[in-house]
Amino acid sequence: MVLTADAQAIETRHLGFAISPHEECAVEEAVRIGGEVVVLTLGPAEAEEQLRDCMAVGADRGILLQTGGEEWDAQATAAAIVDAVRAEGGFDLILFGNESADAGGYQVGIRVAHALGLPVVTGLKKIEVEGGNVRCERDAGGARDVYEAPLPAVLTVLEGLNLPRYPSVPGRLRAKSKPVAVVEPARPASQLEKLRLVVPEGQGKQAEILENAVQVVAVLQSLGVA
Amino acid sequence: MILCFVEGDELSAQAVGFADAMGDVRAVTFEGAYQPLAWAKALAAEEAEAIVAAGSDRGNELLAHVAALLDQPFAANVTAIEGDTVTRVRWGGSLLEEARLHGTPKILTVAPHTRPAAEIGEVETLAAPDDGSPKVLERVEESSGGVSLRDAKVVVSGGRGVGSAEGFAIIEELAGLLGGAVGCSRVVTSAGWRPHADQVGQTGTKISADLYIACGISGATQHIAGAKGAKKILAINTDPEAPILASADYAVIGDLHEVVPAISAELRKVRG
Repeated sequence: MVLTADAQAIETRHLGFAISPHEECAVEEAVRIGGEVVVLTLGPAEAEEQLRDCMAVGADRGILLQTGGEEWDAQATAAAIVDAVRAEGGFDLILFGNESADAGGYQVGIRVAHALGLPVVTGLKKIEVEGGNVRCERDAGGARDVYEAPLPAVLTVLEGLNLPRYPSVPGRLRAKSKPVAVVEPARPASQLEKLRLVVPEGQGKQAEILENAVQVVAVLQSLGVA
Repeated sequence: MILCFVEGDELSAQAVGFADAMGDVRAVTFEGAYQPLAWAKALAAEEAEAIVAAGSDRGNELLAHVAALLDQPFAANVTAIEGDTVTRVRWGGSLLEEARLHGTPKILTVAPHTRPAAEIGEVETLAAPDDGSPKVLERVEESSGGVSLRDAKVVVSGGRGVGSAEGFAIIEELAGLLGGAVGCSRVVTSAGWRPHADQVGQTGTKISADLYIACGISGATQHIAGAKGAKKILAINTDPEAPILASADYAVIGDLHEVVPAISAELRKVRG
């Protein structure tokens, strides 16, 4: 990975952005559960593109909590989402990815649940809405733990919950005319304050080239796995 | 005093090792059905300079609840702390972040396998009365067929280069010969060739094998995040410029459809 000169971010001038895998599954699950699906993100103006991707697979409308591109820590992010949810009058179900691909904080969904006084279950691979309840399952090393919660609730999910669909061409066209509300929340001071990013040592090995199966098996034997 | 939540596992012993370096450790645990909010309330009620747990599913969840209850910041998957500056894992370990952790108590989890384990020592059981919040109602055991990906000594994994679900027959054959598990990249699960349970990566399983054999996998950073726990990596790829080679210890530059069966045949031959 290549960092920007100030070591505050990854150099993304030549990269594209995408929805993270956990969140992609959250959107797919919401569309499968049905009812009105609202998709929300916090990010720069360009993040509208990812909201449109979600609407292309079935979300009805979007909310963009627009930032100036600077990073928000988990507490600030959760607070902005809580304000947006309150302004909407609440939802039956609020889905999050269990942890973000980039910051990996493991906490925004839980913080939102606390602030709204809602029950929360995390790390889910299965969700079943039954009347006013949700029954859900989470991997527990060779087993699955079963939880239940009354709605409204906050759930955080993992990739593997479902197999997200690809957007269709008509879906993409419809997404262009769906509404996106833009809100510009004020950014509070970071309590987990990023100083710099560092590329860990040990990246960039020189692999030993093996020419044939005989050499490979010799290596397997030397490693004690053959 | 450093309050450290422990379970009887290796990651908890590593968290205690980390906490020992911060101060006097008080190791605590709970009994009965796992109830994250109730357990977190009990942790939050204790006086401590810092609250520490392993960077496991439960550790990260519990301390996020503690942080929310106390309205304090929480640093997940920390590898080092000096004063109020922490180093933590981001992008599944592809990058590290140095950050100032404001707030009291310091709330943090310890990134797995970044610190040696310590003796857990005496563990106190805290009371956590049922508060009606979601808890584990039942545990359903899964009938596991063969070696689990997480614990396998050898993982043989296929990527886009395998070409189809049927193409995994040669991957399964080699994994079977080595007593290992079959893995795959995200492209493969997205295409529906293999179940998500087989996926190695940041959003799949993070393996800890002695040897990882990556066949036809280019090696995106998100894939490497799940593979780098392996002690050695062997890449089989037609492309000598594939990013996976920068993480591999050994490489065969060639078509996996020829190389993998040849390795299986050679293994059978040397075994007689």
